[in-house]
Amino acid sequence: MSGGVDSSVAAALLLEQGHEVVGVTMRLWGGDSDTGCCSVSDVDDARRVAQQLGIDHLVFNFTEDFHRNVVEPYINDHAIGITPNPCIECNRHLKFDRLHERGIVLGFDAVATGHHARVVQEDGVWKLVRGHDMAKDQSYVVHMMDQHQLSRTLFPVGEMTKTVVREHATRLGMRTANKPDSQDVCFITSAKDADGRSGRVSFIGRRIPLNPAVVVDESGNELGSVESVELVTLGQRRGVAGGGGTKRFVVDIDVPGRKVVVGPESMLMVDHEIVENVIWSNEPHVGPARVQCSAHGEPRSAVLSVDDAGRVVATWTEPQRRISPGQSAVFYDADDRYVLGGGLVTRSVQMSTQ
Amino acid sequence: MRPEAVEAMLPFMTEVFANPSGSHRFARQARKSIDEARDVIADAIGCKPGEIVFTGCGTESDNTAITGVIRRTPGVAVCSATEHHAVLHCVEHANGVVVNVNHIGTVDLEALQAVLSPEVTSVSVMAVNNETGAITDMAAVSKMVRRYAPQAILHTDAVQAACWIDLRTIWPLVDTMALSAHKFGGPKGVGILVVREGKYFEPIVLGGGQERDRRSGTHNVGGIVAAAEALRMTDVERNSEVARISALRDKLFAGLLAIEGAHRTIPAENSVPGVVHVCLQGIESESLLYLLDEADVCASAASACASGAMEPSHVLAAMGLTSDLTMGALRLSLGHTTTEADIDRAIEAITEAVNRIRAVQNRRSL
Repeated sequence: MSGGVDSSVAAALLLEQGHEVVGVTMRLWGGDSDTGCCSVSDVDDARRVAQQLGIDHLVFNFTEDFHRNVVEPYINDHAIGITPNPCIECNRHLKFDRLHERGIVLGFDAVATGHHARVVQEDGVWKLVRGHDMAKDQSYVVHMMDQHQLSRTLFPVGEMTKTVVREHATRLGMRTANKPDSQDVCFITSAKDADGRSGRVSFIGRRIPLNPAVVVDESGNELGSVESVELVTLGQRRGVAGGGGTKRFVVDIDVPGRKVVVGPESMLMVDHEIVENVIWSNEPHVGPARVQCSAHGEPRSAVLSVDDAGRVVATWTEPQRRISPGQSAVFYDADDRYVLGGGLVTRSVQMSTQ
Repeated sequence: MRPEAVEAMLPFMTEVFANPSGSHRFARQARKSIDEARDVIADAIGCKPGEIVFTGCGTESDNTAITGVIRRTPGVAVCSATEHHAVLHCVEHANGVVVNVNHIGTVDLEALQAVLSPEVTSVSVMAVNNETGAITDMAAVSKMVRRYAPQAILHTDAVQAACWIDLRTIWPLVDTMALSAHKFGGPKGVGILVVREGKYFEPIVLGGGQERDRRSGTHNVGGIVAAAEALRMTDVERNSEVARISALRDKLFAGLLAIEGAHRTIPAENSVPGVVHVCLQGIESESLLYLLDEADVCASAASACASGAMEPSHVLAAMGLTSDLTMGALRLSLGHTTTEADIDRAIEAITEAVNRIRAVQNRRSL
């Protein structure tokens, strides 16, 4: 229970279904925070909802695990020019590993969360199906579960639209009914620091040195500069376009060389991506699939195959913009209904050919 | 709370409701009750009634004794690394010095000597540790502070000592002493700060000048009266309770140490009988506490943060215990209501919970 409306209603629904329920809030971050599931006021909300529902509420201190598996990799990835998704790593290492493990030790049958996704069993196979509310579908961020994990996971609000979730919370008189959705990385504040830096820049800048870099075009002509090469993302347009009215995108980031290369969209286009550390929901899948590369990104058609090194190759039906290294590519069935598996784009295809 | 303390408190919520600082007859009645309570408490501590300052809690007493002294007499503040946060955070806030501890988690005397100097104006060393029950040799600390930091006001947080150690043996060794009523069967919300005559501090709560200008704020009359009754009873029964609880404590330890991987944190001769602290190797306290709670055994591991999550113990960390041990910290308290049946039940529940956790862990690691 993050203290948000979705997990509040999830707990209520489980009770309505007759389950024995205990509310758990994971304490993940000890530093400043103003969003997500880490602040004391959010824990207060979760506890008050649990009290209202008449269930026990526990707080598990997973700050060390969170630091080791989410915060440190987040920082280290930025240092080498990779843009990670900490929410996915938190789900992978905390919610569906550490918390699952804890649940087993304490004798619970399942872990339920407020994610908008569905777990269904079809022909003896557990499937992670997109949430009923496509606008809020979160199957992408919880894609990393295998059969065992899926068999012990419940997403009670996955059959509801967000509107219905809020209506349900209002009907129950929950204090979280109108709480805004959390948007950003939970351990980074939205407030600017004393030097006027954004929360993200400040958070990373306090942990690793941030270095300025030159921005050049594809022919090497210097167009300008950026303050921090570590914070530039492949495909980014803002702040690196230079003048002249041409649409320019970041097409290469050379962190040690302190250089950012920008170019036209055509330079970003590739016909395939390589995905590593893939976790399959059930069996490995080759053949047609839909591939989603960001939390609310449009799924694209591709054909999946496995290369000699055992990596998954997603060959696009039509050329697509390159995916920034560190992002997750999640494979769905050809009808775009359920998750087949997913993994990390660990390096840019084009960079490896340079 | 002790029933006698509850009974003593009740009239002050119904019949005697006046503010003792007033001048009418009802106020004088309340005033008399506080004066009598002060005498009773002074008797149990072996101090003068005028040396007692009533506060809102143990934390306020500690804050007053450190922050108040440093404001009055600027200088270096010193405390040991295993102090309660009510002391530790005050000393850290004053940019003071935190002294290492020995293997039983009490202040290391050599390390203390090394930081003492005429510039030190505040030294805080707890009489009994709240997590482990470890007893500090206050006589040795006092002797050293008097010799090497003659300007210093020596404060002791004796919140955990009141039930087990005659306060008359501690008070002569120090200048200020903090107590908290709910630790000896009194109500929550009453703290006591004992301040030796002739020792001064800046009050940290300003206002109407109650407690001879040392702590402003309307008196919690019923709470103070109940605190006095609770401390009086504690003092009367202390010797017999120490003997009774020591036997229960020994039995509990024997049962717990039969569990594989159980380590006793403090030797019996160095700890009060009311605290049983063990570290269970490879067991996560959070899991254990949940299973114990289900079995109606209420225990703790360390202090909780604002969110309610257990924080890793700064006491065990300061003692240099490895995380393999500290993760499995378990603290059980025994008091005037504890019975032998409670001890049997606790041993059974803890053994069962540990076995269950280990069984799951072994199955998962196969």
